[in-house]
Amino acid sequence: MSGRVGIVAAAESSPAITQDNMMDAVYKVTKELLNKVGIDRDDVGTIVTAASDVFHSGISCANSYYWEASGGFLKNASRQDGDSLFAFLYGCLRVLSGHFETAMVIALTKGSENPENDTVTSLYADPFYHRPLGINETTAAALQMRQYMERYGITAEQCALVTVKNLRNALFNPYAHIRKSVTVDEVLNSKATADPLTTLQCAPKSDGMVAVLLAAEDTAKALTDHPVWFRGYGSAMDTYTLGDRDLLRGTLPQAAQAAYTMARLEKPSEEVDVAEISEPYGFQELLWCEQLGLCAEGKGGRLIDSGTTHLDGRLPVNPSGGVLATNPYVARGLYRVAEAYWQITGKAGEHQVKKSVHTALAHSTHGFAGQSHTVVILGD
Amino acid sequence: MTKEYRTLHTTVNLPYELAFGATLTRFFDGLSAEKILGTRCPKCSRVLVPARSFCPRCFIDLDDWVEVGQTGTVETWSLVSYEYIGMAKTPPYITGLIRLDGADVSFTHLIGGIDMSSIDQVQSRLAIGTRVKAVWATEKPGSIFDIEYFVPI
Ligand SMILES: [Zn+2]
Repeated sequence: MSGRVGIVAAAESSPAITQDNMMDAVYKVTKELLNKVGIDRDDVGTIVTAASDVFHSGISCANSYYWEASGGFLKNASRQDGDSLFAFLYGCLRVLSGHFETAMVIALTKGSENPENDTVTSLYADPFYHRPLGINETTAAALQMRQYMERYGITAEQCALVTVKNLRNALFNPYAHIRKSVTVDEVLNSKATADPLTTLQCAPKSDGMVAVLLAAEDTAKALTDHPVWFRGYGSAMDTYTLGDRDLLRGTLPQAAQAAYTMARLEKPSEEVDVAEISEPYGFQELLWCEQLGLCAEGKGGRLIDSGTTHLDGRLPVNPSGGVLATNPYVARGLYRVAEAYWQITGKAGEHQVKKSVHTALAHSTHGFAGQSHTVVILGD
Repeated sequence: MTKEYRTLHTTVNLPYELAFGATLTRFFDGLSAEKILGTRCPKCSRVLVPARSFCPRCFIDLDDWVEVGQTGTVETWSLVSYEYIGMAKTPPYITGLIRLDGADVSFTHLIGGIDMSSIDQVQSRLAIGTRVKAVWATEKPGSIFDIEYFVPI
């Protein structure tokens, strides 16, 4: 690997639900990013977009539709479907290859325009076996949650605390979709979806456009005084068939270890200053914290009880409000990267954590009950 | 007041014809005959159900067909009570992972035959570890619903 690749700038759409059409929304966030850096479309070497279009926006091959809005036309640009952290890696690799000085990665979903999340996520399920049985992202998570609570004695209150914490953090994030104070009782008494999950423990469907500009080391230093470096990456995918998997022993430890090894982190629970973790279902933040090695196995409930992961805690998790506050499906992984970038540069505004941040973790998950996990480590 | 812009209401409706393949065809033929069929891996010895044409772990072909039990143990479950467009089944219903006797992986299916009017009613009959048995549908065209559901024993 020659040199490093760094994030020079990031931009998110605002407000969370926009009346702009997809074309205009993509243009606005792209233009905002370029303006922040002070460069033109012609200065961007390559563009990678992330979208899962036909289901999540009703347009197939939507990148061809919004190509002029992302500035991708007449460039060696590319596109990736699914988890936007894969697009982030793709952009980093294009710069690290030496072929491009800069790369823009953009991820987009207009959830407000779509049918309910699970109308879409049931289509992830195969039509022979799982789909007719009603398996979707929520029911699979509910099956996982009941096992998690039973195996480790995690309480319903501890699971609900994740929503309380994250929606409270979102009050300080003007880019968040759901921003409100809720109590543990309100979370537990919100309408049941797939028991033990309740409505407030399930992520909403949100609009979200997010873009980051990546640059090779020298160019990054020329474009900004505060580049944030790509330091580690790991991803891993479990098998598909739900009944074949141990839902509490997935592939996240592998993905995390690969990222920590690459970033040379030996004690991630002490070296990671802040973590942005994808938790489409509240309890998953606790389970993923365990599997990321941020606390011991079975201790996710104790972790949130202790206040460690609060905005002013020793290891804040999801200061942005996380996916429970803003769930622009495909874009949610790249949102974690953008939020980690802002925490490291001190630009997170009202939801900036109190401690100084040098190393941040961004995590994304896709598929049923965490079939796929991706971990990114960023640092200054 | 922000201006309300026009909204386009549209639907995408796409018919598909999807191949079951040889192994799933034989599995669903088995359901029609009230048999739950799996395949055993000669290398790791696991019985996979529904039957598979290959073992994903050992990555070898499977053709040792075995009939697994119609009783099993609930490994996890969920009472589903919310609704969404395109929902496969009308709530309330219970979905679960069931470790069938003689199988080494869990079988996803519905759990029924009990009062689902409240979570308390369900929990009085169902927990992780509850034993269940298959209830066969009257009509068995060769679909996953040839088994209507699994009922607590
Ligand atoms: Zn095997």
